[in-house]
Amino acid sequence: MTKTKANDLEQALSRSRYEWVDKLKELGRELRRDTAGFIGVVLITALVLMAVFAPLISPHDPTEQDLTARLVPPVWYEKGSWGHVFGTDHLGRDILSRAIHGSRVSLWVGVSVVSLAGGFGVVMGLLAGYLGGRTDAFIMRWVDTQVAFPGLLLALIILAVIGPSLTTVVLVLSLNGWMVYGRMTRSAVLAIRQSPYVEAAEVVGCRWPRIIFRHILPNLTSSLLTLGILEFARIVLAEAALSFLGLGIQPPATSWGLDVSMGKNYMFMAWWLVTIPGCAIGITVLAINLVASWLRLISDPQEREKQFARHMAGSMRKAMVLKAETERRQP
Amino acid sequence: MTPAASPLVQVKDLSVFFDAGRVGFWGRKRLTVHAVEGVSFDVYAGETLGLVGESGSGKSTTGRAVLRRVPATRGSIHFQGRDITHIDREQVRALSKHMQLIFQDPFASLNPRLKIFDIVAEPLFVHGLVKNMRDAAEAVAMLLERVGLPPDAGARYPHAFSGGQRQRVGIARALALKPRFIVADEPVSALDVSIRAQVVNLLQDLQVEFGLTYLFIAHDLAVVRHISHRIAIMYAGKIVELADRDLIYDSPVHPYTKALLSAVPIPDPPVQRARKRIICAGEPPNPMDPPLGCRFQSRCPHVMHRCRWEEPPLTERAPGQRAACWL
Amino acid sequence: MTPSLPLLEVENLVVNFYTRGGVVQASRGVSFQVGHGETLGIVGESGSGKTVAVQAVMGLISSPGRIEGGDIRFNGRSLVDPAGRKYVRQVRGKEISMIFQDPMTSLNPVFTIGTQITEVLCHHMSMDKGPARLRAMELLELVDINAPKKRLGQYPHELSGGMRQRVMIAIALACEPRLIIADEPTTALDVTVQAQILELLSDLQARLNVSVILITHDLGVVAQLCHRVAVMYAGRIIEVGDADRVFADPVHPYTRGLIRATPSLEDVTERMVSIEGVPPDLIRPPAGCAFSPRCDQVKEGCRRHQSLTPIGEDRHVRCWCAAQGKVPPAEPALVGKGPRP
Repeated sequence: MTKTKANDLEQALSRSRYEWVDKLKELGRELRRDTAGFIGVVLITALVLMAVFAPLISPHDPTEQDLTARLVPPVWYEKGSWGHVFGTDHLGRDILSRAIHGSRVSLWVGVSVVSLAGGFGVVMGLLAGYLGGRTDAFIMRWVDTQVAFPGLLLALIILAVIGPSLTTVVLVLSLNGWMVYGRMTRSAVLAIRQSPYVEAAEVVGCRWPRIIFRHILPNLTSSLLTLGILEFARIVLAEAALSFLGLGIQPPATSWGLDVSMGKNYMFMAWWLVTIPGCAIGITVLAINLVASWLRLISDPQEREKQFARHMAGSMRKAMVLKAETERRQP
Repeated sequence: MTPAASPLVQVKDLSVFFDAGRVGFWGRKRLTVHAVEGVSFDVYAGETLGLVGESGSGKSTTGRAVLRRVPATRGSIHFQGRDITHIDREQVRALSKHMQLIFQDPFASLNPRLKIFDIVAEPLFVHGLVKNMRDAAEAVAMLLERVGLPPDAGARYPHAFSGGQRQRVGIARALALKPRFIVADEPVSALDVSIRAQVVNLLQDLQVEFGLTYLFIAHDLAVVRHISHRIAIMYAGKIVELADRDLIYDSPVHPYTKALLSAVPIPDPPVQRARKRIICAGEPPNPMDPPLGCRFQSRCPHVMHRCRWEEPPLTERAPGQRAACWL
Repeated sequence: MTPSLPLLEVENLVVNFYTRGGVVQASRGVSFQVGHGETLGIVGESGSGKTVAVQAVMGLISSPGRIEGGDIRFNGRSLVDPAGRKYVRQVRGKEISMIFQDPMTSLNPVFTIGTQITEVLCHHMSMDKGPARLRAMELLELVDINAPKKRLGQYPHELSGGMRQRVMIAIALACEPRLIIADEPTTALDVTVQAQILELLSDLQARLNVSVILITHDLGVVAQLCHRVAVMYAGRIIEVGDADRVFADPVHPYTRGLIRATPSLEDVTERMVSIEGVPPDLIRPPAGCAFSPRCDQVKEGCRRHQSLTPIGEDRHVRCWCAAQGKVPPAEPALVGKGPRP
């Protein structure tokens, strides 16, 4: 008797293993109804694809110099040519190719900084919030000290010691950015640890690592995801700023910030040098923000239901009327 | 002493104080919440002790102190004859196999991100009682069946269930470790009337089947009558009356017990309207600054001079009935 | 105004919630009336649609919910009709006021009690600050709050739960409403405090001759306060009538079960009387009588649609067994003509 019941349970469990596919499909349907969020996701997907396949799609080598074709304007000018769609810079390098390759740096820095700083900050916040007492005091004073210390100064010190490189940029930005995650996670943990289901896990005899990672962390994901995405936008800007200041990516490597910085001397005779990479930064940040605001919307269940009702109420009502009609016709 | 006569849980002179921060410019004055003060009771194996009190009476804190969820400031707690007042964290964890808790809120006490199977199987896994999925599935299917849920409920998430069904899941989780003693913290007060009776009856059946002992916490006297063998009434951190069930209802001694009894509305309009109700005006005293003497003095209709200066002890009034009142 | 005209009439109210799980039919044709100076108790369990029905009266239904059909008339004038927008705004808040379950969340924590009461008076009654303050003190005295002058300067967190609920009642009375809707006014309170508040409500109702709709899940509360009672189940009223007679002689099996399941201090049984089964899913409500899956007297005919049938003076019931031989009135439409804002 119990055997068959256990079999039923196991079967039901294995059937439900792929429920997340349906949930993902549902999410996709809702994304398509939200224009702004949809545009954001499309843009980001395009950016990622561009970064991954950069060598295949860029028309030129981004570092290839051609001193005979310096400061060629974009194609829609009289002097422009289809060989360089967005023109060339002061060393005759193709702007479009540089912009395409620059996306690699931005996205790479963004992804690695968000995962490094986010991972560290979230773990610190979880420990501080759940363990409390001295652990909490120690971690939070550490956070306070670091927040009080000017980030740019820290960046300068590290860069002066190690020397500027892609790795250094990631390191510096991660060191500067983990505190946000730490603070937010801690306050969320303080709220969740009061909830009866966490107490239930304690009563049942779970040790603290299990409670933190199995009971508390999964319930933080949606807010952390939104924060991470917003931070991603901030990191893209910060990397551009560091590179602009000459502290980030070093030539001959390419970066949008670096390109803006090099183009600023030619701003008045060749506007496209700063504008094209500048637009790339702007579009990226905008797209990320669009996705973040959509995520925030759907991670609130009430708001999500409202969105759903706004789009679906009409068709659902029609279906209901139709069903009632057919039922009435065949009693 | 025969084993039946020795109590399973023995609480002696238990006090729980909470630190509520400091006041004053330099924080010189410490605020202490006197949540529970000098509470003693025994719970015998196989019985249900009802613990009744209003919000702030310290009933939940008492229940949690017995489970060692909050530290006792004074007094002692014995479980199966062993003093558990000062055991360390690892020993408390081991104790969770013998003592469990059922929660009030069926919506907040289940993790929304876990399937019912994971929730019910968790205690088994963390105590290493099952080794593989197959054993866990067998155990969980048995538990779900016992609390009246179909086995495939295990594959669903808590939000797919109604309040009563969720409370059954909470009961299954508490039963998973086969405990001897369960603290039920207002397990039915968040449920609908028609469902309430189902859950109370289920708890009674389980008590007989598994030989459970309950500390059943409630905020009024309506439901506890059906499940309790003895009832303790708490007011402002103290037990004011402790008696066998029928004595509480038929011949209550303490004025607060009488007030509680008369406050329960009866679903019969002429009777309810004609009933002489004791409306005790006012509210319970501030737990940070409990009054001298009896704690019920400010609301008591029979207050005397003595009540304001001397605290009444819990004394025997009849066989199986003790009350703390100067009357 | 003719005295026979009821103060509030709700007729065939249909409210649907469009959720991702499907269309939740929260109110499936609810009709009731409240006369002048009368207290109507609406009893039901969670999800029975009792709160949705009064939210519709107060205009508190918002997305994803929609009022899809039926009419709500106050003093004979429709509150649903979009033509009478101005009238609706006048009525809600002034002529109809509401008391909520949790006094902590419905009082604003950053303003004093005095500010919150006088604001209502200034806004709805166009009173000046000075007279409004005097009136506020009168109101606090009316709800038995001692030292009203001192209370006016206090913030909600300085008061106890019972005291806050008294303040909420004072605010509800501020505009001298003709109808007060109390949504589980004592559920969040302790039993002894609940007894005080119930006493106060019944006293005020008799003294001010105001009509009251009391939403509750507790039959004991209804027994103390209400003249008439309507029992709701699965988005429909299943029994309505004079409170004394409904309690003394319940006709619908659900009402009977509910009364027996309410623990009473009088007669004690070893086991509590329960109603087996669970309330229906309102996305797919059972055909015909919604209670039939849990009913112990279910017959084959119970799957047919059953309307509220009169079974005596001011008694209606929605049950095939009880209304044998009576002709049920016309069936209400489940889906309305279209959306209403």
